[in-house]
Amino acid sequence: MEKRPEDTRVVIGMSGGVDSSVAALLLKEQGYDVVGIFMKNWDDTDEFGVCTATEDFEDVVKVCNQLDIPYYSVNFEKQYWDKVFTYFLDEYKAGRTPNPDVMCNKEIKFKAFLDHAMSLGADYLATGHYARIRKTGDQYEMLRGMDENKDQTYFLNQLPQDILAKVMFPLGEYNKPEIREIAKKHNLATATKKDSTGICFIGERNFKEFLSEYLPAQPGKMKTITGEVKGNHDGLMYYTIGQRHGLGIGGAGDPWFVIGKNLKENVLYVGQGYENDYLYSHALEASQLNWIRPVNLEVPLKCTAKFRYRQKDSGVTVYPLKNGDVRVEFDNPERAITPGQAVVFYLGDVCLGGGTIDKVIKNEEYVKHLA
Amino acid sequence: MNPIYLDHAATTPVHPEVVQAMLPILENVYGNPSSIHYFGRQARKILDEARRTIASSINAQDKEIIFTAGGTEADNLAILGVAKKYKHKGKHIITTSIEHHATLHTAEYLEKEGFEVTYLPVNENGQISIDDLEANLRDDTILVSIMYVNNETGVIQPIQEIGFILENHQALFHTDAVQAYGVLPIDVQLLGVDLLSASAHKIYGPKGIGFLYAKEGIMLEAMQHGGEQERKRRAGTENTSAIAGFQKAVELVMEERKKRMETYVVYRKLFLDTLSDQGIQYEINGNPAISIPSTINLSFPGTNVESLLTNFDLAGVAASSGSACTAGSVDPSHVLSAMYGSDNERTKNSIRFSFGIANNEENIKEAALKVASIVKRLTN
Repeated sequence: MEKRPEDTRVVIGMSGGVDSSVAALLLKEQGYDVVGIFMKNWDDTDEFGVCTATEDFEDVVKVCNQLDIPYYSVNFEKQYWDKVFTYFLDEYKAGRTPNPDVMCNKEIKFKAFLDHAMSLGADYLATGHYARIRKTGDQYEMLRGMDENKDQTYFLNQLPQDILAKVMFPLGEYNKPEIREIAKKHNLATATKKDSTGICFIGERNFKEFLSEYLPAQPGKMKTITGEVKGNHDGLMYYTIGQRHGLGIGGAGDPWFVIGKNLKENVLYVGQGYENDYLYSHALEASQLNWIRPVNLEVPLKCTAKFRYRQKDSGVTVYPLKNGDVRVEFDNPERAITPGQAVVFYLGDVCLGGGTIDKVIKNEEYVKHLA
Repeated sequence: MNPIYLDHAATTPVHPEVVQAMLPILENVYGNPSSIHYFGRQARKILDEARRTIASSINAQDKEIIFTAGGTEADNLAILGVAKKYKHKGKHIITTSIEHHATLHTAEYLEKEGFEVTYLPVNENGQISIDDLEANLRDDTILVSIMYVNNETGVIQPIQEIGFILENHQALFHTDAVQAYGVLPIDVQLLGVDLLSASAHKIYGPKGIGFLYAKEGIMLEAMQHGGEQERKRRAGTENTSAIAGFQKAVELVMEERKKRMETYVVYRKLFLDTLSDQGIQYEINGNPAISIPSTINLSFPGTNVESLLTNFDLAGVAASSGSACTAGSVDPSHVLSAMYGSDNERTKNSIRFSFGIANNEENIKEAALKVASIVKRLTN
């Protein structure tokens, strides 16, 4: 028998932003036994002892008091460092572009934090993500959030069945303007607070500066694929495939783009034109696959995929490789496929799961300048 | 569900008689005690009476009592006030590593101002050693500040012995007695202290009022400047109604102190016995034989403070820990670190339970059962 809402404890992860504030409000309005918890994963205390977490927690406190729900905090700095930040640095060292948000969801929010919530007697863990969960029979499916612009299933692709069974996404049916509207209507302390941008531990800081504190930069040459030197780069890790800005290559013709890296020789490959042929590929190989529902790959799977956040879906066909890895063939050549990023699969609104891009294939060959 | 309050060391409920003592003052006595007219005199009378009651509660003279906004201000006034006034005699201060932050952070501030501070260690019982103190006393030591009862563990420091040692030394002796006042009998003459801090809200009085006892003849540099209140040592219009409430709280303590302590001995035993009966593994931090009975600090191996406190609160048991956990940061308890080493798990899995008038045997038992079931769940 289903528990009544008032007997159902929902722990909600609150960041001090408007999304999780409204998520808490919606749960409260639905009559759940709501408990707000602020999670601290990163210590950004500056030389004046000021730390944005303190200010964010203040907002959590204000909102929880407005909603009359208890609030607590929990610290996962160590777990975050071990599971997310170490991975983040390792990927950069390997010349790839990591996705710490995907890893944070997998290892922290929906693992360490979920465990914590369960230890508090929670029936569910809720977050302010824009995604939906649908139960069909005894299977859980993850659907895109109703707000196409805000859909966050890309970052949630690693969540398995048993986790989704314990998760609620109260914002899934809403779009962002509605959330702001609800927050304003209820006069929530965070109603007009600016959305946070960027990777959580870097915040508003300069990415290059941040990374250089942890990884030694090794400047090297910028070359075309044919070997023509076009200038110097500050360190391969500062560049991502398809990037245009910050190259400092002038001259005539189309703008220059990053088209690849050679880690061994410390060379950054550049090419001219957004549509530069070197940026395009036909297929990829991915590992670390999570299928939210079991998928039979004996028959090649026709579906759509995203290769980065906030990109339109592309038609693909998925073929199995050994060890659960997959080969993903594109219906049309795709631009700037980036190793280390997630590839996430969809059938209509249903997110099937995803994996990590390892290899990029063009004309049946691995693209060497893409690791 | 009625939450059970086991956090009397943090603050106490205001005693109903204290409320009754304050109401008429709030309603009728609004004069400024410094005013020369009828209304001022009315208020002044209340201050004088309260000062007399409070002074006699520690065997001091009226003029040795300085009303402050609480324990923190009293500690600041004692330490900073002495340091600034006596720096010509030396710039060395001795305190302990287990003081309340009101003392520790004030000492750290003085270090930045050019003073030298020695932080005495404590043993696993939670006490400092008198030998250590003697060994660290120097000719230029001007102040020794050692708390009477530790707020996290309830462990009592050998104040009388320290007073004895310091009798023939120039250093003034301050004790933060915030956790001791109202629990232990205090006689400043017997203890040999020169300065003593106390607070009303730990003894069922209102918040925002405390006092510093400063022995006659001791000079203090004022920390705030303005009017000539409190013999120029603490400017600002006195908080008349809070002071009246403080007086009532002190009167009640004087009558009931012994009885209360006997009750808390029973509560402590009941609480610990219930945990043991439930098969709970715990260790007591500090030596209960030298602790006040109203505070008990327990380590639960295999757990962590965040989970424990959150679970306790959700189950309706209000307790706390010396580890500050605000905004998601957990600073391991400095007191337990000093006692057991900062690597010891106890610094991260210990909870303080403190008993008081919000308790009875029934809710002590109920709370212990809840604590037991949570600890069982978390350690399974």
